[in-house]
Amino acid sequence: MFKALESVKYKKPPFILLRDADRKALFESGLEYNAPARGVWNIVHMGLLVPEGHQVYVCAQGCLRGVALTVAETDQMDRLSWVSLSEEDMFDGTLESDVVDGVAEVIEKLPGRPRCVLIFLSCMHLFAGADYEVILDQLREQFPDIDFVDCYMTPTMRETFSPTVWLTKRMYSLVRPLPLNERSVSIIGCERETDAESELVKIIRENGFTLRDINYCKTYDEFMLLGESALNISYLPTALAGNSELSERTGARALHLPNSFDYSVLRENYTRLCEALNIGLPDLSGCEARAEAALSKAMSALSDIPVAIDFTAVTRPFELALMLSRHGFNVRYLIADSVGEDAAAFEMLRAEQPEIKLFSSVNVNMFSAAGEQSEPVLAIGQKAAWFFTTDNFVDIVSNGGLYGYEGIVKLCALMEDAFYNPKDRRTVIQQKGWGCSCNAQI
Amino acid sequence: MKNVSRILPMYTADTSGVCSALYELGGMTVIHDASGCNSTYTTHDEPRWYDKRSMMFISALTEMDAIMGNDEKLILDCVSAAEDLHPAFIALCGSPMPMMTGVDFEAIASEIRERTGIPTFGLHTNGTLPYISGASQAFAAIVREYVRRVPKREGFGVNVLGMTPLDFPLGAEVSVKKWLEANNMEPVCNLGMGSTLEDVKQMTSARANLVVSETGVEAAEYLRRYFDMPYVFGVPAGRGFAGKLAGLLRSASKEAAVLPEECLAYGEAADTVVIGEGVYGASLCAALHEDLGINARLLCPLPAEDIFYSHTNNTCLYAEEDIEAFLQSTRPAAVIADPLYKFIIPAGTRHIPLPHLAFSGRSFQRSIPNLINTEIKEYFK
Repeated sequence: MFKALESVKYKKPPFILLRDADRKALFESGLEYNAPARGVWNIVHMGLLVPEGHQVYVCAQGCLRGVALTVAETDQMDRLSWVSLSEEDMFDGTLESDVVDGVAEVIEKLPGRPRCVLIFLSCMHLFAGADYEVILDQLREQFPDIDFVDCYMTPTMRETFSPTVWLTKRMYSLVRPLPLNERSVSIIGCERETDAESELVKIIRENGFTLRDINYCKTYDEFMLLGESALNISYLPTALAGNSELSERTGARALHLPNSFDYSVLRENYTRLCEALNIGLPDLSGCEARAEAALSKAMSALSDIPVAIDFTAVTRPFELALMLSRHGFNVRYLIADSVGEDAAAFEMLRAEQPEIKLFSSVNVNMFSAAGEQSEPVLAIGQKAAWFFTTDNFVDIVSNGGLYGYEGIVKLCALMEDAFYNPKDRRTVIQQKGWGCSCNAQI
Repeated sequence: MKNVSRILPMYTADTSGVCSALYELGGMTVIHDASGCNSTYTTHDEPRWYDKRSMMFISALTEMDAIMGNDEKLILDCVSAAEDLHPAFIALCGSPMPMMTGVDFEAIASEIRERTGIPTFGLHTNGTLPYISGASQAFAAIVREYVRRVPKREGFGVNVLGMTPLDFPLGAEVSVKKWLEANNMEPVCNLGMGSTLEDVKQMTSARANLVVSETGVEAAEYLRRYFDMPYVFGVPAGRGFAGKLAGLLRSASKEAAVLPEECLAYGEAADTVVIGEGVYGASLCAALHEDLGINARLLCPLPAEDIFYSHTNNTCLYAEEDIEAFLQSTRPAAVIADPLYKFIIPAGTRHIPLPHLAFSGRSFQRSIPNLINTEIKEYFK
C-alpha cells in the first residue's frame, strides 16, 4: 500500500512521518473515505445490550437503513422499530407528535411489552429544536409501566459528544439509585465482557465482591441492580462520561482505569482499585514478568516483520506502539485520525520513533491504498489489515475485552497466532460489530 | 401510521441510489453528510465496494459548518480531492441536514465546475426518499452531460437503462448482453453496470432503449425527447417473456414508451403476489405466466409509473401496515418477495424468497438469483 501512495505528491497527503505530526490536528480535514472494515460497534449493537429493551429510531430513511440492517444481520429485528421522517415533517408542526404517536403505535403492535424503550432522535430533531421533554412526558403518561429514555443518533454533532459517548450516558441513565452495597462493583460502558482472567476481574471477584456488567445481564431487573454498586469502573474512553453521570446519580464512587500498555499506569490503576475496595494490593511482579515473557516470545516469533497498528483495535494505539517498539518490534505504520487519551505516549513515540509513518483512515487518497500487498506486514486491527492488504492480522476491536498485564499476554499470543495463521480477511473484517453474530452473505 | 414500521426494514434511500448508479463511471460522488450515509451505502448497498475501487466520499459535515452554512469548505474539499484524484466528473448530493439548512447544490456544483474545469452536477437528494429517485436523477444527469448525437450503427443497437446492483445481481449485465446478442441485437451501453463513460457517449448510435427498472425512466425519456430513441420497459426474465420482449424491442416505436402487455395482464385471477420494484416485478409476473402458467399480481412498494400500481387499486402500498393488510385481505397462495418480508406473510401463505439488495442489503446477496433469459422453473417450483 505504502509504495502506491509514496509515489504521488498529494495536495492532502494520506500519511505523514510521525516526527511531523501535530497531535492537535494530525491531518487536514476534507472529504472522507469509508474503508470496508466493519468490526467497530455502532449504537444499535450497544442498545441491544439493554436486556428486554426495544429501540425505536426516528429519522430519515437513509439514516434508518443502517440501523435496521444491523439488527437484520444479527437476527434481532424484533428488537428495533422505526418511524421515518419526511421533509414535510420538519415544517408542519408535527415533529413531536409524530414521535409520540409513532412510538405508541409500535408499542401497541409489539407481541409483548418491553421493559424499556430507547427512542433515538436524529440531527433533524436537534436542528428543528424538537422538545424532547414533551415527547417523553407524554409517552410516560401513556405507558407508565415502561421506562423511556431519549437517545441520539446525531453524527453531525460528533464534535460535541460522539454518538457512542452519548449512548453510554443515556443507557446507564436507566439505572435507578438503590441502597448502596459495598460488596457490589460494576464495570460500566463496555461492549463486551472483560476477560475473566484479567487482574481487574480477578482482584474484584477473588476478594468476594459481586461484579456487575451489562454484558452479564439477562434481564432488565439484573441490569437495574447496577444501581446498588458502591464502585463503578470504566476503562474505555467512551465510558468515562457515562460512568461519572451514573455514579453521581447513585452515589457510587467512580473510577476510570484506562486500559493501558504502560506498566506504571497499570500499577497505578490496581493501586487505586484496591484502595477503593479497601483491600491490599496483590503482588503484581509475577503479572509483569508474564507480560515481559510474552513480549519476548512474540518478538522472537515476529522478528523484524513490519507491524501496522490501527486505532480501532485498541483504545491507546500510540501507547501500544511505544511498548512494542521498546521491546524491539518493528512498528513501522500507524493508522489514526486523531490522538486520544494516550497523548503522552504519542509524544514519546514521536521522539523515539520519528520515522514511523502515520496514516489517516479517512483521507480520500486512501481509497486506492488497498490492493496488492507490497511487503509482508503484521496488522493489529481490521483497518490495518485492509489498508496493508494482509491476512496476517490480529482481529480485535476496542481492546477485545482484554485488560491489564493479562491483556498484554493475550495480545502477544494473538500477534503470534496472526503471524503464523492467516485469516479470511474478506469475511472477517466485513462483519459488523466485532463479536456479534452476523448472518450477512459477505 | 404510514411512516411507522414495527419490524420490516426500509428500501434504501436516494443517496445510495445516486452512488450505485454512478459507481462504475469514473466520477467522484460526494454525499454532503456527517457520516452515516456513506457507511450505510458502502456496507449494505454496494456489493462492489470491497473489490472495485470507486470515488464515493462524504463531506464529513460538522455541526458548526452546518449552522454557519460553510459551503466554501465543501467546495474547497471537493476541489482539493479532485486535484488529487482526477475524476471524470463530480456529483454532489445531499442528506437530511443540508435539506434543513437549504444548501444549494446546483450553485455549489457550478462553483466547483468553474474552479476545476471538471463536469460537476448537483443532485436533489435528502435521504428521505427511496433509491429510485436518486438513481433516476444520476442516470439522467449523466445522459444530459455526456450524450450527443453520433451516427447510428449498422446493427440494431440497444442501450440498457436502469440497471444497478440495488435491483440486479452482479453478472446480470453480462446476461442481458448475451440475451441481446442472441437475439441479433448489439449492446451499446448498459448504464450503471458494465459500461464506461465512453459507452455513454455512444448511446445515440443505438436504435432503442430497454428500461429495466424505474431508475432508467428519466434518462430514457430524455433520450426519447431529444434523440428520438424509443424505449421499452422490461427485464428479460425467464425464457418465454424474454423472447417476446426481444421482439417488442426490435419493433419499438419512438412515439411512446412501451410496456409489454404480458406484464400486468394476469392480475385478476392471480393467486400469487410479487412484491418488488415496478419494472422488475411486472416482468417477473409476465415470466411466471409465460414459463410456468402462474398468474401473479404485482405489489410495487416503490415509486413507479402509475401503471405499475394497477394490481393494488392504483395505489402505491409502501407502508408496512398497508402491505400487511393487502396480504391479509387477498390471502394469496404464494408471495414472492424479499426474505425479510417473512414477518408479515399471512399464515398459510407460501413465501418464496426473492432477495432484493435495495431492501435487505447484503443479508442475502449471494442468494439473489439471476433470472435473465434463463429457466426459472427450479427457482419458483
